[in-house]
Amino acid sequence: MLLIHCPYCEEERSELEFRHGGDAHIARPTNIADISDEEFEAFFFLRDNPKGLIFERWRHVHGCGRFFNAARDTVSDKFFASYKAGEPKPDIPGVSPATEKTVETYEATEGTAK
Amino acid sequence: MAEQALRKAPLGGFHGGSAAAHVTAAGPATRLSLRAGADAVPALSKALGLTLPQKPKTSASANGRHALWLGPDEWLLIDESSADLAALAAKADVLHSAVDVSHRNTAVLVAGERAAEAIASGSPHDLSPKVFPVGACARTVLGKIEVVIFRTGEQEYRVECWRSFAPYAFALLAEGAEDAGL
Repeated sequence: MLLIHCPYCEEERSELEFRHGGDAHIARPTNIADISDEEFEAFFFLRDNPKGLIFERWRHVHGCGRFFNAARDTVSDKFFASYKAGEPKPDIPGVSPATEKTVETYEATEGTAK
Repeated sequence: MAEQALRKAPLGGFHGGSAAAHVTAAGPATRLSLRAGADAVPALSKALGLTLPQKPKTSASANGRHALWLGPDEWLLIDESSADLAALAAKADVLHSAVDVSHRNTAVLVAGERAAEAIASGSPHDLSPKVFPVGACARTVLGKIEVVIFRTGEQEYRVECWRSFAPYAFALLAEGAEDAGL
């Protein structure tokens, strides 16, 4: 069982109390009615799904009820840090964010998609 | 034909547990779900007659009334003398949300030297005295349901759950208490 640190409860709690909330730090365009369909698709649907470090939203749904952000490794499930909603991305020492090379796509691993 | 409606306790007639951990249904109480910002806390505290706790997992008690910290702007108030908490909160002339949940919740009391073990049989929450001293409270999970655990004494806990989940909570705690007593 994972222990996740809730920045509002200020302690580690069981993963059973939490719910995953998708990628963090996705800014909604301020001119949402003016953007093209492609731009909307990129904002609304397209996510990187990196192998390694990811910044995600989590909700302590069966605890304090608050949304917060956490940095997690998608391979080992290790939580590097958690921080309150609205705070900037923290630097995670020794861990570099995923790059184009570490993002595994179907094209890269299985050949061209046709 | 009945001339008046009688209140039926959700856990009326339930009994269980063991010598090491007694499980009993709590008596009726009024409850309030209170949401308010930090600026409204002093006025609400005054109206309710106790200081609303602002630190995580802490509670305040005065004259049979308890205020349990559930979140940064959320409290559960329990009054065992059936005071109208919503009316009291309304006297505070500050922005807040107060919902009477007296009949939404019910509580199971777990007491005895192995009470913590009985609760831990279904809950992942750490109940050791270092992180969960007397007066500590937390919303967490018990088996498949959400509960609020409130430590009222060294060996006494109040487990608040929703009314319709009460038989499940009681049965799970009674089972845990039996195992804890082995």
